[in-house]
Amino acid sequence: MNETTLAGTPAVPETRAVADPFVVDGVTLGSRLIMGTGGAPSLDGLGAALVASGTELTTVAMRRYSPAETGSLFQLLEDHRIRGLPNTAGCFTARDAVLTAELAREALETDWVKLEVIADEHTLLPDAVELVDATEQLVARGFKVFAYTNDDPVLALRLENLGATAVMPLGAPIGTGLGILNPHNIELIVSRASVPVVLDAGIGTASDAALAMELGCDAVLLATAVTRAQNPVLMGEAFKHAVIAGRLARKAGRIPRREHALASSAMEGRAEFL
Amino acid sequence: MNIRLNGTDQSVADGASVSTLVSQLTGRRIGPDGRAADGGKLGVAVARNAEVVPRSQWHATALADGDDVELVTAVQGG
Repeated sequence: MNETTLAGTPAVPETRAVADPFVVDGVTLGSRLIMGTGGAPSLDGLGAALVASGTELTTVAMRRYSPAETGSLFQLLEDHRIRGLPNTAGCFTARDAVLTAELAREALETDWVKLEVIADEHTLLPDAVELVDATEQLVARGFKVFAYTNDDPVLALRLENLGATAVMPLGAPIGTGLGILNPHNIELIVSRASVPVVLDAGIGTASDAALAMELGCDAVLLATAVTRAQNPVLMGEAFKHAVIAGRLARKAGRIPRREHALASSAMEGRAEFL
Repeated sequence: MNIRLNGTDQSVADGASVSTLVSQLTGRRIGPDGRAADGGKLGVAVARNAEVVPRSQWHATALADGDDVELVTAVQGG
């Protein structure tokens, strides 16, 4: 605890976090948690988890329309007033990603796109060459590109310079839940970026999201950690708080790490026992 | 005439427009501006022979025999 806090001083109100909006492309979002929707067994369960997480921005994939499909994710997001962020998941080439983004822009009437260009199905890691190509093409076509990228500070800066609206480095490969494998690189990306940095993929549990925010990320994007949790609603709520906690800690400024102990109680004025 | 729709063969009336096709599949009436007549959002997009057809063009775009049409919507993912 902070020794200078006097008894009766009001605790930091929760509204302080809400008063710290996430602004991206001029749009103000009340939550720094971006959710994915993959992996949820039912739409109803997904809706409850999204609401519990407090998210205001949620990714969706573009797939063939099926009249037989019951319920609509599109409608679910409309009902909960959650903004949809279409992705290009499943695209292996810039060509496919650009076409998918064009379809998403038509279907969802947004020029925001989470650009995913994957190298192979085994690692699901971004293909840097195709990613750069697609970013260039999409920016030229007026898209706001949220670029899902490797945790490579050089590539992240490249994407920003090409006009990406946000860069989204992975913590670990998609769906692994391994957390943030290279916190140093994430910090480096944050320190050099002048667009929002969103930690995307690899998050396993709430502390991973808090760490991402402590490292200076502007937001966190995750899906599996909630949708495949034993209790997705509870986990959604956990992430809501984790992101707020991590953000506050980042702004508060952590103490430096020390080699040796540092007493928090003064040595002077101790009672002496003879 | 026959087209490929989302990877399967589909027969449609000669000269049918993209708008007609979307209306048939979604069960919603589509206005000339490519929007649902009920005022709600459709949430779908169409590519014809690997090129996006903007909704504003659905009405004016006639399908041709052998066209390859993809009709997509938002689903869970990411």
